Amino acid sequence: MMQKYRLDKKGYINRKKIISFKFNGKKYFGYEGDTLASALLANGIHLVGRSFKYHRPRGFIGAGVDEPNAKVQLYNKEAKNEPNVLATEVELVEGLTAKSQNCWPSVSFDFGAINNLFSKFFPAGFYYKTFMWPKNFWYRIYEPIIRKAAGLGVAPLKPDPDRYEHKFEYCDVLVAGSGPAGISTALAAAKNGAKVILAEEKPRFGGSLLSDEVTIGNKNGKDWADESISQLKSMPNVIVKNRSQVFGYYDHNMMVMIEKTKDHLENPTKFIPRQRLWYIRAKEVVISTGSIERPLVFANNDRPGIMLASAAKEYMKVYGVLVGKKPIIFTNNDSAYDCAIEFKKNGIDPLVLDIRKNSDSSIVKEAKNLNIKIKFSHGVANSKGHLRVNLATIGKLNNSKSSYENLENVSCDCICVSGNWTPTVHLSSQSGNKLKFNDKIDAFIPNQSRQNETTIGSASGAFTLKKSLEDGFSKGYEISKKITGKDTKSSPPTSNERSSEEHDKFWCMPLPKGKHYKRFVDFQNDVAVSDIELAVREGFRSIEHVKRYTTLGMATDQGKTSNLNGLQLVSNVEKKIVPEVGHTTFRPPYNPVTIGAIVGREVGKNYRPTRKSPMHSWHEKNNAVFVDAGLWLRPRYYKQSNETLSDAAIREATNVRNNVGVCDVTSLGKIDIKGADSAEFLNRVYTNAWMKLPVGKSRYGVMLREDGIVFDDGTTTRISENHFHMTTTTAQAVNILAHLEYYLQVVWPELDVNVLSTTEQWAGAAIAGPNSRDLMGKLFPSLDVSNEALPFMGFKEEDLFGVPARIFRISFSGELAYEINVESGYGIFMWEKIMELGKEMNIEPYGTEALSTLRIEMGHVAGSEIDGRVISSDLSLEGMLSKKKDFIGKRSLNREAFLDPDREKIVGVIPLDRKTMIPEGSHLVKDNKSSLPNPKLGHISASCWSVEYNNPFSLAILKEGKKRIGEKLYALSPLKNKSIPVEIVSSHYVDPKGERVRS
Amino acid sequence: MLEIKCPYCGKRSQNEFSYGGDASVKRPALEKEISDKEWDDFVYFRKNPRGKHLELWHHVSGCRQWFKVSRDTTTHEIYKTSKINEE
Ligand SMILES: [Zn+2]
Repeated sequence: MMQKYRLDKKGYINRKKIISFKFNGKKYFGYEGDTLASALLANGIHLVGRSFKYHRPRGFIGAGVDEPNAKVQLYNKEAKNEPNVLATEVELVEGLTAKSQNCWPSVSFDFGAINNLFSKFFPAGFYYKTFMWPKNFWYRIYEPIIRKAAGLGVAPLKPDPDRYEHKFEYCDVLVAGSGPAGISTALAAAKNGAKVILAEEKPRFGGSLLSDEVTIGNKNGKDWADESISQLKSMPNVIVKNRSQVFGYYDHNMMVMIEKTKDHLENPTKFIPRQRLWYIRAKEVVISTGSIERPLVFANNDRPGIMLASAAKEYMKVYGVLVGKKPIIFTNNDSAYDCAIEFKKNGIDPLVLDIRKNSDSSIVKEAKNLNIKIKFSHGVANSKGHLRVNLATIGKLNNSKSSYENLENVSCDCICVSGNWTPTVHLSSQSGNKLKFNDKIDAFIPNQSRQNETTIGSASGAFTLKKSLEDGFSKGYEISKKITGKDTKSSPPTSNERSSEEHDKFWCMPLPKGKHYKRFVDFQNDVAVSDIELAVREGFRSIEHVKRYTTLGMATDQGKTSNLNGLQLVSNVEKKIVPEVGHTTFRPPYNPVTIGAIVGREVGKNYRPTRKSPMHSWHEKNNAVFVDAGLWLRPRYYKQSNETLSDAAIREATNVRNNVGVCDVTSLGKIDIKGADSAEFLNRVYTNAWMKLPVGKSRYGVMLREDGIVFDDGTTTRISENHFHMTTTTAQAVNILAHLEYYLQVVWPELDVNVLSTTEQWAGAAIAGPNSRDLMGKLFPSLDVSNEALPFMGFKEEDLFGVPARIFRISFSGELAYEINVESGYGIFMWEKIMELGKEMNIEPYGTEALSTLRIEMGHVAGSEIDGRVISSDLSLEGMLSKKKDFIGKRSLNREAFLDPDREKIVGVIPLDRKTMIPEGSHLVKDNKSSLPNPKLGHISASCWSVEYNNPFSLAILKEGKKRIGEKLYALSPLKNKSIPVEIVSSHYVDPKGERVRS
Repeated sequence: MLEIKCPYCGKRSQNEFSYGGDASVKRPALEKEISDKEWDDFVYFRKNPRGKHLELWHHVSGCRQWFKVSRDTTTHEIYKTSKINEE
């Protein structure tokens, strides 16, 4: 139960609740309210991982989202694992199991650390330079080895068992960050009637108020934050969310926030989602995301135990954890004295090294009064200690700060560094705000807002509490007044804080004389000062190029701690000022987001909607095997005993040819067309003539795109003078409706026509086969179904045992056939009646596979031929091009390429052996032995086993088309390793004169 | 995700709409004799401006109306939306 580095009283953890957890196989204890990082530090563990390139031992640098090193692999209770999780963000729960990453066999003895010994061979751009040659070595040798060595944790192998949700929300003001500025804004805006969302990425609200020694009104900072948060929570117009990070600022103030809802709970209920992704459309966004401390850079500044002073202070104040008992505080500004004073108050004597010559600020005076040892003009030159820092080489800087006047070794167990503060401007930048450089704080701050966005508090470079409170209250009021029109103004409370003086711009310590130690700028990507200097020396000038060449700021932490130091270094080497160097682009997400959260509930069968016909349950009960047809699930075949797909398709299709079959055609697109100009509209939309179609008749039509390519085909029926029923293919139904609406609304608004999709309103059954007329007679006893009364392409409306039905005599199968439509709700009734009355005629249902067989051997075209590359004449449909009228796409048919008589056109293909099925997609070639690439004459678009002739038959699109009938070619399918001798025949393989449909 | 004001329904998120290209393109009248170049310009050639662009959008998951949007192609600022028969 020993937590050697836990203070007795401090912190906001729950000491009554002890929690056990495992790290690298060893059991430890912490408290409720700890993070994995604070609990490890309480146990004296600093070493958490190995660095990316050199496998150097690494420890915690930060205490939150800015942490570059402490990425761990989590194994939770459900035996699920997650890589690349920041230990500083993981809340401790009972049974938590975590492991270090990027080390083998263990974090304290790592084989890859050999890279460190050879580090002079791993300069910037090393991978680019070294592994370029010989070319094929890259794939076989270099790349697999580098991949293994550069592993960032292990990807989980099983599907994510958790549930993630999406939520859409609207608000007047979204406030990102609950520090003093954010809380003030939320209070002022909410009191003025605005609908407010306040988001905090951490479990606790308050931001800097949790660890700063300040008072607001007559309370200490944290109490003020707690009270304000409860006040906000009690207001009906406010949503307050912790564990919720706004990570993306998109167009038109679309904000995306990730809320962690489950992992911190000890016993989550079964139904709780793991995370919730919020899409928030905010009228105004207030960015109060605070600032991140910058490290100071010196030789071997990456040893475990070397961390940010603000993090050391946060571990003491929030978690009651000492990060060391012999601390050195190394700073170029006043803020680190907070950390020194906190150590002192807890009975630890720190040594402060301050780069500045002196400081007269009240905080330094306070430190001096506490007898804290301070060495001005001093800094850390180097550190030692294998798995944990144990010695610092410190020295007095000369006047020009280019070398040391003297050097001495001081033993220590941690070095807390502070190189001043970088405003967290990611969201402002993502919104399109062009940042400007502020010379006073040596950092970029937001400038002109492009969207409705305001940055306040230390994110805007205003580092005092007073200013944060004042700005929060005034902006909250102004912004809300603009939206609500109300005028309730609240004033900021008084506050008390330690005053600060200016920082020293110096941050990169010289190397001890004659030494070539690494000084790290980007910890996560192992980018050192020498790498950036090399890149600039090699001619890289644009900061974007330096970034990509050295990988500075390219890791998952996106350079939160390294960005500015890198920029300053480039500007130093180039002798430019930072604003001239510019900054790299900030892109969402601010912090890595689990893919599961982005996907949300759209997984598995919820990936997209599933459309089912009203007869779906019948198909299921009758052993249908389904196939995706767009969003629709259609029966592919109805399986009997041990049948294969092909057996079933042959059986079902044969039954249609010999008896009668029924097919669910509900998914075909149906569009209701009404209005005085409907016939004229169809005349423009289709290539053939429509004005004279009689009422009660159907007609086949082909539509083109304006570029002359065939768009879709289908039959349209004249229900009455000004009322038509159009059908489209299943695949194009949605596009055709939009196409018709476009022409009616945009191009020819003068036409009096309305279109409406009725696809889902009608259930459709196609009845096909020689017995179909007899069956129709039974289904509609009072209807004359003779060929004279209801001829091919005829249409009738008649009751089906009391249910209004539409009867179309149309055929896709090439057999005598009818299609019945009833209102969807009667679909099952219709289907069961058909099956019941068709029984004596040997009716069988048939699926899409048999349907394909029937249409292929008839030479009817479908989606596999209408593939967006063919014109009417390619499909032998040139007879349908009206010469008497204009129509969509007609003008394009004059194009030279379309007039070429040798275009690829539709033909039929049969294998010479009458046995081998020709794979769809095979190429037709003259010579199967010709060298590659073998000149292609055409391709196989669809294949079936012809039930009429009992041999394989395919459709193909072939150069010169019908001219080649009788020729012998080869069908090549390299994918299936097949070369099949074939003969070209007519595409109308069965019933070429179309007598059956008219019989 | 943009927020687009449909002239019939009001402000909605972009995922309710589909994009319909340059709104200034006029389809040549039916039956009219036109040159190959005029026809090619209509079918194939579109400007790709940086900045202000008048374009068509279709409220597919809403009122099914086509309408005009004046949008900046770099900043996505929407200056105005209007019905097809409005200026
Ligand atoms: Zn609308």
